[in-house]
Amino acid sequence: MSLHADHPAAAEPGNETRIVIVGAGQAGLSTAEKLRANGFAGSITLIGEEPDAPYQRPPLSKAYLLGELERDRLKLKAEDWYAKNRIALRLGARVASIDRARRCVCLADGGMLAYDRLVLATGATARKLPQAIARGLAGIFTIRTLADIDGLRPALEKQGKLLVIGGGYIGLEIAAVARGLGMTVDVVEAADRPLARVASAQTATAVEALHRSRGVAFHLGKSVSELLGADRVGGARLSDGTIVTADVVVAGIGGMPETALAAEAGLAVDNGIAADAYGRTDDPFIWAAGDCANFSLPGGRLRMESVGNAIDSADLVARNIMGARQPYRPKPWFWSDQFDLKLQIAGLSRPDDTVVVRQGAGPGRSHWYYREGQLVAVDGLNAPRDYLIGKRLLAMSASPDPAQVADPVLALEALASTSK
Amino acid sequence: MPTIRFLSADGTEFAVEAQNGRTLMETALENSVPGIIAECNGSAACATCHVVLPEEIMLALGPISEHENDMLDFAEAPRESGSRLSCQVKVSDALDNISVRVPAA
Repeated sequence: MSLHADHPAAAEPGNETRIVIVGAGQAGLSTAEKLRANGFAGSITLIGEEPDAPYQRPPLSKAYLLGELERDRLKLKAEDWYAKNRIALRLGARVASIDRARRCVCLADGGMLAYDRLVLATGATARKLPQAIARGLAGIFTIRTLADIDGLRPALEKQGKLLVIGGGYIGLEIAAVARGLGMTVDVVEAADRPLARVASAQTATAVEALHRSRGVAFHLGKSVSELLGADRVGGARLSDGTIVTADVVVAGIGGMPETALAAEAGLAVDNGIAADAYGRTDDPFIWAAGDCANFSLPGGRLRMESVGNAIDSADLVARNIMGARQPYRPKPWFWSDQFDLKLQIAGLSRPDDTVVVRQGAGPGRSHWYYREGQLVAVDGLNAPRDYLIGKRLLAMSASPDPAQVADPVLALEALASTSK
Repeated sequence: MPTIRFLSADGTEFAVEAQNGRTLMETALENSVPGIIAECNGSAACATCHVVLPEEIMLALGPISEHENDMLDFAEAPRESGSRLSCQVKVSDALDNISVRVPAA
């Protein structure tokens, strides 16, 4: 049976087709851009809850927070781009519900928008501290939006003491920036090492050592029992009774896919909006892309929060709306900038993978991950050549001999030719 | 404002007005030049903004950082003598009217 047999209207978008995209982040914007690039001639409406036109999020916790990149340069497109590409941009607008039977979205301000195809690019939100811990105190921040950073920056400029709750990428990037600004920094992490859920022990240990060498204090294997202070936060009592003083608290305790709208509309939700390998939800008129989408792939479900995934999945959805019928072939990669470390990661490693360390001639090194003898991921720590060669080998499903990878004398270029 | 002539891999020219101080990558993204993906938003982490500049302009641009140099060696399209990561090149009047070619991946 054809995919669209029950829904002839779901095939062949034309000049009259109306596409509504909910979420004006990287994935939503890229979907709109790629629809036009693929020749879609109908109408496109891009709805964003934030007041700002689509902007880059990664620099928020890095260059923008440091003041090295001005606000205007975060914008992904110039103002006139939207009109030139006939994309109706609705900012500061919240979609309250989806009426799947009538195929329209209801806005919180009472407006309604009819769609022929709906793309959900609702992203993820930063997990907030429980009220029992945060107690409504001022001086507590999460990191996700431009508004979050604009609120945090003045607090950091006063110097003083920063407490970071959560030793993930966001928390460590903020810790590095704050040290750079001259603040005293404490990081509390419940696991026994930072980056516990997102990097190997080898990579995490190297990152931890860098932070310690720059004066960041870690409280590992501990959690925050409560934050202290009357109106403003003044410190924290940790699970072992330790008191840490702080003028500012940043909670970097993970992101959650924004699925409320989809769930209320009765769409399947499973750690994200459940989509098939083509990016379509269980409603043939509704698609999902970016951080919020959980794709059903041959190896199992996959949801990623990264710019690469936002761009690639948006490209996929735009092509498939136009009838391409291509399954998602994700090429996971991530990066993080902390102090003078550029960490570049290709592939998805797991804690039980075998790790091979390649120590470069200089300060750089790379970690190569093998599962059942097959290369599955590469981390480059100030090692861009290793990272890019690893990424290329992964794309070819090639697996270099671990002994050769570990041999610092062997030129990396040779790895590509000796891989099986 | 200098004009930059982006040449996409299929030969289409995108002549755009650029702002001094912005990077070539930002200029390309704002104008939807095909082939400039820039997944890392300009932190020289992904090499998806690889461009080829006229050789005569390379000297005027000053030295390439070691990191960019390493990235260029293994960018998806083979490195050429005018290869740069467009996120690392700032627009200035010296670049007025130059052709910036996007290599085929």
